[in-house]
Amino acid sequence: MLKLEEVKTDVFNDWCPGCGDFGILSALQQAIAELEVPREKIAVFSGIGCSGKTPHFLNVYGIHTLHGRSLPIAAGAKLANKDLTVIAVGGDGDGYGIGAGHFVATGRRNLDLTYVVFNNGVYGLTKGQSAPTLAKGLRTKSMPAPAIVEAVNPIALAICAGFTFVARSYSLSVKHLKATILAAIRHPGTALVDVLQPCPTYNDLHTKEFWAGADTPDKKPRWYDLQQEGFDAVVRDPEDGGEVVRKKTAGVMKSLEGGEREPVGVFFEWKTATYGEQLAARMPLLAEKPLAEADFSGRDLTPLLAELA
Amino acid sequence: MSNQADLVWMIGGPQGSGINLAAETLTRCCMRGGLHVFANIEYHSNIKGEHSYYRLRIAKERRRSHLERVDLLVALDRETLVGDVHKSEVTHRGHLHEMAPGGAILFDSGNGPAPGDPSREDVRMFPVPFRDILLEALRMYGREGEVGKLQIMYNVIGLGASIGLLGYDQDLVTRVIAEGFKGRKAALADLNVAVFRRAAEYAMERFATSYPHRLSVLGGSGGRVMMRGIQAVGMAKILAGCGLQTYYPITPATDESDYLESRQGQFPTAVVQCEDEISAVLMAIGAAHAGVRASTSTSGPGFSLMAEGLGWAGITEAPGPVVILYQRGGPATGLPTRHEQADVRFALHAAHGEFPRIVVAPGDAEECFRTTFEAFNWAERYQCPVTVITDKYTASSYSTIPPFETSGLKIDRGVVFTPPKSGKDGFLRYKFTKNGISPRSRLGDRGGIFWTSGDEHNERGHIVESAENRVKMQTKRMTKLVTAAKEIPEGMMWTLHGPADAEVMVVGWGSTKGPILDAIEELETQGVAASFLQLRLLLPFPGDAVRKVLRKAKTHVMVEGNYGGQVRGLIREMTGVHVRRLVHKFDGRPFSQDEVREGILQQLKSARRPAVMSHA
Ligand SMILES: Cc1ncc(C[n+]2csc(CCOP(=O)(O)OP(=O)(O)O)c2C)c(N)n1
Ligand code: SF4
Repeated sequence: MLKLEEVKTDVFNDWCPGCGDFGILSALQQAIAELEVPREKIAVFSGIGCSGKTPHFLNVYGIHTLHGRSLPIAAGAKLANKDLTVIAVGGDGDGYGIGAGHFVATGRRNLDLTYVVFNNGVYGLTKGQSAPTLAKGLRTKSMPAPAIVEAVNPIALAICAGFTFVARSYSLSVKHLKATILAAIRHPGTALVDVLQPCPTYNDLHTKEFWAGADTPDKKPRWYDLQQEGFDAVVRDPEDGGEVVRKKTAGVMKSLEGGEREPVGVFFEWKTATYGEQLAARMPLLAEKPLAEADFSGRDLTPLLAELA
Repeated sequence: MSNQADLVWMIGGPQGSGINLAAETLTRCCMRGGLHVFANIEYHSNIKGEHSYYRLRIAKERRRSHLERVDLLVALDRETLVGDVHKSEVTHRGHLHEMAPGGAILFDSGNGPAPGDPSREDVRMFPVPFRDILLEALRMYGREGEVGKLQIMYNVIGLGASIGLLGYDQDLVTRVIAEGFKGRKAALADLNVAVFRRAAEYAMERFATSYPHRLSVLGGSGGRVMMRGIQAVGMAKILAGCGLQTYYPITPATDESDYLESRQGQFPTAVVQCEDEISAVLMAIGAAHAGVRASTSTSGPGFSLMAEGLGWAGITEAPGPVVILYQRGGPATGLPTRHEQADVRFALHAAHGEFPRIVVAPGDAEECFRTTFEAFNWAERYQCPVTVITDKYTASSYSTIPPFETSGLKIDRGVVFTPPKSGKDGFLRYKFTKNGISPRSRLGDRGGIFWTSGDEHNERGHIVESAENRVKMQTKRMTKLVTAAKEIPEGMMWTLHGPADAEVMVVGWGSTKGPILDAIEELETQGVAASFLQLRLLLPFPGDAVRKVLRKAKTHVMVEGNYGGQVRGLIREMTGVHVRRLVHKFDGRPFSQDEVREGILQQLKSARRPAVMSHA
């Protein structure tokens, strides 16, 4: 267990006061501190957006990439060094919009990495345009007109794409979020944590007060914990194809449930062969050590030249 | 030996008819018999049915390019003779019109010329009953019922008839055919050999007396190998210790990834098929930051998608990737299976902003090998993306060459950081240094924690927008190119073939090397003394040296495979020298020796306008 101070940096944080990103950063710092992994074995990748600045505030390897492109770069690093704990972070525009192709492919690949998406319904850093997660018909304050396209459902998309751990949390419920991120990191395979995040500057619909349910008659939060209500997301027999389908279906159904309150927690979890394990079956070297540690010098091309003689 | 003594053999047929196997078997057989071969293929963007052809130039000495004429043609269908006359719009005229006077055509008597088709008095027409020959051979194995399915062996009949006609060593060919059917396919070896023998006997008996040309074994192979650019690049990657190869399927680059993946057991390289080329280049960059030599291979459309990633590699000073760009006809999908040299300006500039990168253009398979190997060293030494720009002609043409010399090749991983004894933080990944190179740690290294960003950053890698830092950091990055220009040996930057003060200095880059060298040799016999300035390192461009060489020339002629004279323009920009005479070609086909020779002669007569070549 690291001290919280050890996982922070001295870099000035220029997020807006009250931004939900602070909660996610806290949860990430706590999770990293609790992880029992040396700091140099952790690498955090981010896209572009307000959320993209996150790695600069974490005292581990921090790679701030391009808009929508954190996942392939993170995947390359994981392929190069299987001993790295790889975490990618970014906005909902980054992950579900411009990066949607990589999102799907990353799920299919099932490398052992974790993706934390800051879901605030808007494009923060470009001043509040609608993000792919904003529901049709809604209009946040800097939008000239309401959205006329359907929102993406990241939970259902992730389950169908092949993510093997799919969860949601809320940025200001730091304890739940930290626990979810830790579970995601510890999950062997590609994990998604979609984090509901207030953007007080541009999203005047999904505010902290909105999520707290301040305006509802019973003043109960607009989210509830799936697991507390007994939802079982875990595939018990990983080899049982039928159970996998049932659990996926249940997760997708849950994500489509609608209603007054948003479910948070784990929607789907399945321990199955990772990309790395399958690659190691073809390249036994990978079972022994990270690719980056392999010594390829002194190779002899004679057998390859003989093929062409 | 003059070109006239070379034998140009061609096989043409619908795609899917196995002309590759016939042509590559013949290449190997000639090589094993001590002959030299240059073999190139043309095909459509199509899987089955469209016309394709494979051309072998067989000679006693090394040849580096193809000729326009055909001496012996194997026509698996009528289209090979007269073109796609069955289509509403005829797109080519077949190869009858390319035949050398006195040449011969072996054609399938069941799929030969139709009444009224063009014909040539000066070409011998040898009808071969492909179906009957196949049936006879099948009968020996009681498999005549499979004649329909086994028509796929018509290619072997074409090969057999050629060998019989030319009187080449049948036993040698038989051995080579049998070698090709190993493992699961071993049972097919005998049948193929039987078909081959029948066809050879048939042609020998009927036609050999009326055909004077013979092909004979000169000796052993001399240890030579038949090499394509694709394989040369693949081997270089293996020798350089490339740990990760990413790709998205595209002609003609995919073959290289396949090559690496199918040899993964012996030489482990993780080969990952990505969702697109954006991912391919970024995954390789991610791996490079984590300390693995990483590469990706593509052609124009994929390279276009990689642009933003290259910029990110540049600003984050990633020690890679090595990108192999196999040019083909553009823009967009252009001529997807054809040749062009029109991506060079793009390769020099792809992505917004300014950042250091290296662009290098090997001229043939041997240079592909050496250059690709060094590209990994440069990527790590200068911590920047390196693009090796080659093309379809180099990628897919075979030449018979001595095995690669590897003894002088050394892996250089550049300046790697030394972990602090204390294990303390504070590593400056982007430390300002004189030569611009900052020692690098790899993700995962103890004591080496760093940040990096596609945003401008300070020595630690954190975002800083100050003007002062920008100037210092941008200067540091760009200084790496100055360092590279000083350190890269001149021999890898440019080569002058022949004397600087020759009557004509031909200037070119990339795959025009072969046809230019062959053409200037021929020009010599015609009394024109020419030299060849081959440009190899295009960025950083060795401007001073090239200017000096160009100034020594009496006349220069630029030869390149694009519309705009892209490298001609680059030379002018970098040296102030305008190479006025231009021979260019953008018909999707590579330069032949003949086209280069004719183009040079034209330009020497008059440089009023560029010579546009298109024999095809
Ligand atoms: C290729 C490209 N297109 C557009 C942009 C401009 N851009 C920067 S951030 C951003 C959107 C950020 O929104 P989101 O991903 O939701 O992150 P947030 O700022 O809300 O955390 C855009 C479009 C860019 N950087 N790169
Ligand atoms: S714009 Fe929104 S997401 Fe961005 S820092 Fe401000 S509050 Fe946070």
